[in-house]
Amino acid sequence: METLQQIVKEKTPEPVKAAAQVSIETTGSLAVLDALLKENVDTVFGYPGGAIMPLYDALYDYNEPLNHVLVRHEQGAIHAAQGYARVSGKTGVVFATSGPGATNLVTGLADALIDSTPLVCITGQVFAHLLGTDAFQETDVINITTPITKWNYQVTDAEEIPSVLAKAFFIAGSGRPGPVLIDITKNAQLQKFNYEGYNKCNHIRSYRPTPNIRKEYIEEAAALINNAKKPFVIFGQGIILGKAENEFKKFIEKGGLPAAWTILGMSAIPTDHPLGVGMLGMHGNYGPNVLTNECDVLIAVGMRFDDRVTGRLDKYAKQAKVIHLDIDPAEIDKNVKSTVPVWGDCKETLPLLTALLDKKEHTDWLQQFHDYKKKEEETCIQPELHPTTDVLSMGEVINLLNETTKGEAVIVTDVGQHQMVACRYAKYTQTKSNITSGGLGTMGFALPAAIGAKFGAPQRTVVAVIGDGGFQMTLQELGTIMQTGVDVKIIILNNQFLGMVRQWQELFQQKRYSFTDIMSPDYVALAAAYKISSNKVTDRDKLKSAIDTMLDHKGSYLLEIMVGKENNVFPMVPQGCSVSEIRLS
Amino acid sequence: MRQEYTITVYTENQIGLLNRIAIIFSRRKINIHSLNTSPSEVEGIHRFNIVIEETEDVVRQLSRQIEKQVEVLKVYFNTNEEIIWQEMALYKVSTDEIAEKVKVERLLREYGARVVAIRKDFTVFETTGQREETNRLIKILEPLGLIEFVRSARIAIIKDSKGFHEKVKEFEAREPSAEVVENEYLDKKEEVFTM
Repeated sequence: METLQQIVKEKTPEPVKAAAQVSIETTGSLAVLDALLKENVDTVFGYPGGAIMPLYDALYDYNEPLNHVLVRHEQGAIHAAQGYARVSGKTGVVFATSGPGATNLVTGLADALIDSTPLVCITGQVFAHLLGTDAFQETDVINITTPITKWNYQVTDAEEIPSVLAKAFFIAGSGRPGPVLIDITKNAQLQKFNYEGYNKCNHIRSYRPTPNIRKEYIEEAAALINNAKKPFVIFGQGIILGKAENEFKKFIEKGGLPAAWTILGMSAIPTDHPLGVGMLGMHGNYGPNVLTNECDVLIAVGMRFDDRVTGRLDKYAKQAKVIHLDIDPAEIDKNVKSTVPVWGDCKETLPLLTALLDKKEHTDWLQQFHDYKKKEEETCIQPELHPTTDVLSMGEVINLLNETTKGEAVIVTDVGQHQMVACRYAKYTQTKSNITSGGLGTMGFALPAAIGAKFGAPQRTVVAVIGDGGFQMTLQELGTIMQTGVDVKIIILNNQFLGMVRQWQELFQQKRYSFTDIMSPDYVALAAAYKISSNKVTDRDKLKSAIDTMLDHKGSYLLEIMVGKENNVFPMVPQGCSVSEIRLS
Repeated sequence: MRQEYTITVYTENQIGLLNRIAIIFSRRKINIHSLNTSPSEVEGIHRFNIVIEETEDVVRQLSRQIEKQVEVLKVYFNTNEEIIWQEMALYKVSTDEIAEKVKVERLLREYGARVVAIRKDFTVFETTGQREETNRLIKILEPLGLIEFVRSARIAIIKDSKGFHEKVKEFEAREPSAEVVENEYLDKKEEVFTM
């Protein structure tokens, strides 16, 4: 079978080739693949099946320009695409078949929507004439995925494919990014039609991805910041998604503004930046949480005041004037009322704001963050990073990892205690380095996401840090690693418990450990079955060399590290408490 | 303060959009009192009227969530004072009962009702008005063996609206993109938005 490129080459007379629009007969499937190439897609994560077979048949001739990664479960495909998108800043692409193939995408779609990850998922669907007949592997995918996609659309006629895919990529990647699902019936994939070429979409009349910036709000915001005694910046993934890392750095540096990150904002500035005061939220740092309730102007940039960040809302930053910079108007005043809303792309709004700022340093105010850091250092950080017992802690593993990778690795975490510890202690020098499931808290995210991350940033070291619970949710993706040979380093922090739930049971439910005691297989043997090198560490004196061996190893490596069974993550803002009621123990 | 709000949504005509909008309410466990979809003053653009009872704050947030949907052009929300609104109701009664016991002329005059069908066995009245007006006629007809009653969704005109034509120009300020080809399963003849 010929590729579309070959067809165009052969069947187009020389003089016509120069013209952009050439009408040639092609199939819906080839039109899909041509669209992907025109959108500069280089990697697709997917799994074949009946209703998407025509597309896979066409793909057979495209393995040169399009690298298809065969996963072991569609959930793995979509998490991999998320990992790919998050490290590369590009749109992740997923192929899945109808019915169960499509429903297996649901968790990933929900995750990508809440964490604003650009994805285009293409699902096969039964023949159009069978829609609604309960045909084999027919599911109403459009309606199932409506609340968890930024946009979705069912294609029943191949002629729609070029314009619908152009819309899909435009919508997924613009404004506040998100997942888009395109469901293509089998007849449309097979259908021959006159293809007039692919035109990228850059405007949809009912969709305005970037709000108009209103100058008066920029001026009001600048005046508030200039008059502030205790200004405090809290920032989220908006900085990374808006590719505004430099603009943001200039902004905080000119205003001398202490800045704390949300879990997804992490790595937008280097973790050792002098104005970076740590992580916000339930298991964030002491100072940023407490001082949220003491600042006079709170400047929120590209973040959405998640409840894990704000704690109890009616006791959140009530003393402060709030400036909220966000690209999504629906986020303004959703959880926290803003004094000055600054709608817009922070890549544009931040420089406008910076230009109006007075050059300042808030030395005394910044010192308050350092003072809190000192207290936290003594009670929480030191014991976690340098435990005095023989039992290994998660923190010391992350600490060693920092030392060895010098903060240059991409760290992909799953969900739970290990995630909080990794995000608390990981050091990053580059943006797009902290990949985790923030909003949805999807256990099983890390292993496939790390695979995708490596495809998205092949030159970087990718380390997946996963708990023993989460690893067992998607461990079938070891098969993907085996088959593709992708180089992913896997650390399993095994505490033989579903640790985060166990911690809550210990603190709030009188140690009634209801079904949190979880067994693990022999991970070393498991890795061996997948022909992945591996090791297991239980003693401190072997830890450093084990991490070195893992990182030096050519190719994937699995390292299981046995850590304290009943260690807790602190500080902690208990649910229903104010951020200033954060507990150190 | 909770009160009735009428949300007016201008949208593209797209299959599935009704669901996309409806689930914004159901996700938050908000009951839709009435929902109407129809063409608008601008060709090719549809208009939803949705009535809910909520606080202004909630309505504003809902409106922003609706406006966030790709195919939604614009959302307005208004209190009852800010709109002119009407509902239509149909009442089916037994012709014998009604001819015997009521002065139909009086009924028609007093309640602004119209007769839309007279058969040997039944008669159908129609009224258009606000809730109290359509309810009043139920009260009269109930003792006379009201067989069927149905009321339409609210349709509303915003008092201070200058129409949507100017807005559309603004939305189309840039070169309009090629429209997605109509889905073959969408009834093109039917102007009314269908599910």
